[in-house]
Amino acid sequence: MTGFYTLFYKEILRFWKVSFQTVAAPVLTSLLYLLVFAHVLDAHVEPYPGVRYTAFLIPGLAMMTLLQNAFANTSSSLIQSKITGNIVYILLPPLSHLEFFSAYVLAAMLRGLMVGTGVFIAALYFAIPSFAYPLWILAFALIGSATMAMLGIIAGIWAEKFDQLAAFQNFLIMPLTFLSGVFYSVHSLPAFWQQVSHANPVFYIIDGFRYGFFGVSDASPWLSLGVTGSCAVVLAAGTLRLLASGYKLRH
Amino acid sequence: MTIAIRFAGISKQYGTFQALNDVSFNVAEGDFFALLGPNGAGKTTLISILGGLTHASCGEVTVMGHDVQRDYRQARRAVGIVPQELVFDPFFTVRETLQFQSGYFGLRSNDDWIDEILANLGLSEKADTNMRALSGGMKRRVMVAQALVHRPPVIVLDEPTAGVDVALRQTLWAFIRRLNTDGHTIVLTTHYLEEAEELCNRIAMLKQGRLIALEEKHQLMNRGRSRSLLLKLSSDTLPESLQGKLIGRTDDGYLELKLPDCSALEQILATLGNAGISVRDIQISKPDLEDIFLEMMQTPAPSLS
Ligand SMILES: Nc1ncnc2c1ncn2[C@@H]1O[C@H](COP(=O)(O)OP(=O)(O)OP(=O)(O)O)[C@@H](O)[C@H]1O
Ligand SMILES: [Mg+2]
Repeated sequence: MTGFYTLFYKEILRFWKVSFQTVAAPVLTSLLYLLVFAHVLDAHVEPYPGVRYTAFLIPGLAMMTLLQNAFANTSSSLIQSKITGNIVYILLPPLSHLEFFSAYVLAAMLRGLMVGTGVFIAALYFAIPSFAYPLWILAFALIGSATMAMLGIIAGIWAEKFDQLAAFQNFLIMPLTFLSGVFYSVHSLPAFWQQVSHANPVFYIIDGFRYGFFGVSDASPWLSLGVTGSCAVVLAAGTLRLLASGYKLRH
Repeated sequence: MTIAIRFAGISKQYGTFQALNDVSFNVAEGDFFALLGPNGAGKTTLISILGGLTHASCGEVTVMGHDVQRDYRQARRAVGIVPQELVFDPFFTVRETLQFQSGYFGLRSNDDWIDEILANLGLSEKADTNMRALSGGMKRRVMVAQALVHRPPVIVLDEPTAGVDVALRQTLWAFIRRLNTDGHTIVLTTHYLEEAEELCNRIAMLKQGRLIALEEKHQLMNRGRSRSLLLKLSSDTLPESLQGKLIGRTDDGYLELKLPDCSALEQILATLGNAGISVRDIQISKPDLEDIFLEMMQTPAPSLS
């Protein structure tokens, strides 16, 4: 347990020591989105009956930031350790792949949740969304952060250079999160794009998360839970196998 | 004799390149063992396999009886490795680095031992300095400290003295010697062969991935080229009967003669005396490990396996 706990604590300290950049900066960026979109759209769009656009936007933005930061934490930690070579100090001790996995994933989840909460609290200044079902909120926050933390491990292990990681981030993570209904309700899209959105797992994370706030959503929250939960389980199994095999970590 | 490390038939293939070729040998508990070989011989690869950083293509390695793959937890607890490459985590101070390393090995309160290591490596004053702010030699000392936090019975140092100043080399070796006297097994690679000659009791040599020598140091030192005699004489020309013994001349005017054994010395001096040549200076040179090493690396010796 001490091995796991130490690695977990080290991963937290790693982002906390530069929290201005890893926590404060993403919160600020989201607030800028909120400021601009809310100002332009609040008077024109009512995504759900009785829900103002600004209130609608807040959970989505908070979740998007949470997801991106959970991904950034594991992936950047791993690629930095690999490129500087200090990963040997994690590979030489008797840490099991399960300890390795849980320490990295939990620390990344913590960062994601902190940043998400930060966005949320700051956004309360603009509008106060309702809290219809807090347990759904929590469930999707946990599943979402864990999913992205695991994707971050996979990307961090696979990438050999920073630009490969950036490609993973820009061509996979960004489109998935942006095209997931953060800024709009997918009901307002043409039929084709609705179909496409429903193939995006991140859509279900955001949609289910928003259900927790407003009690209305595009898909049933149970469907969202099923889709995102299965994705998380499959990813966990894959990530653990990758770590156990030593792929790209132990030659 | 208990075996601390057992390499059995280790081969390592990188694509089509064979970095290690059927290497087998044991390191006994309590040994101060030198692993020597030119650049690219496969020393670091062998150490990486020992530490589980690299998987062998075939063969088995055990540390204190634990297989590095199957019983990786026990095997890794038993060994502390100082990697060859200078690596560090720029986010943390020296003390944090060592506390984390202790924690990874399951040790919670290790500060007394950490302080002792820091003092022995001359790092006490830098304990709370960020790793980034250390000089290269100091970073290497921290790497040595990192390998020792869990008091491993087997300590492996892959070129620990590269870039380290003379004073620290002395203190480092004094510390490592003490650990060896306390019963720790030490494996060392270095290109400073006088270090290996001074410190180690057993020596293995690798060449192009093959084990070409494995001997007690004193046995190895008795091999190879015999002693030679360096003379500065009043005359430049040797008596005819000694011409055959001449090996060469040094830049500062010494003649180098073969000296198969000590009885030959009397004979040479007598011949010179008879010829009326006086000896201004005399030196006897023994082959050192470096000479033997170079000789072994030049001759295409068959592999020991
Ligand atoms: N990851 C790798 N991929 C391909 N070849 C490798 C890899 N690592 C090492 N090699 C090759 O294996 C051989 C042995 O390398 P190794 O680092 O073990 O040598 P060494 O004896 O430690 O040398 P040095 O004294 O320079 O440290 C070298 O030819 C090296 O190029
Ligand atoms: Mg090497």
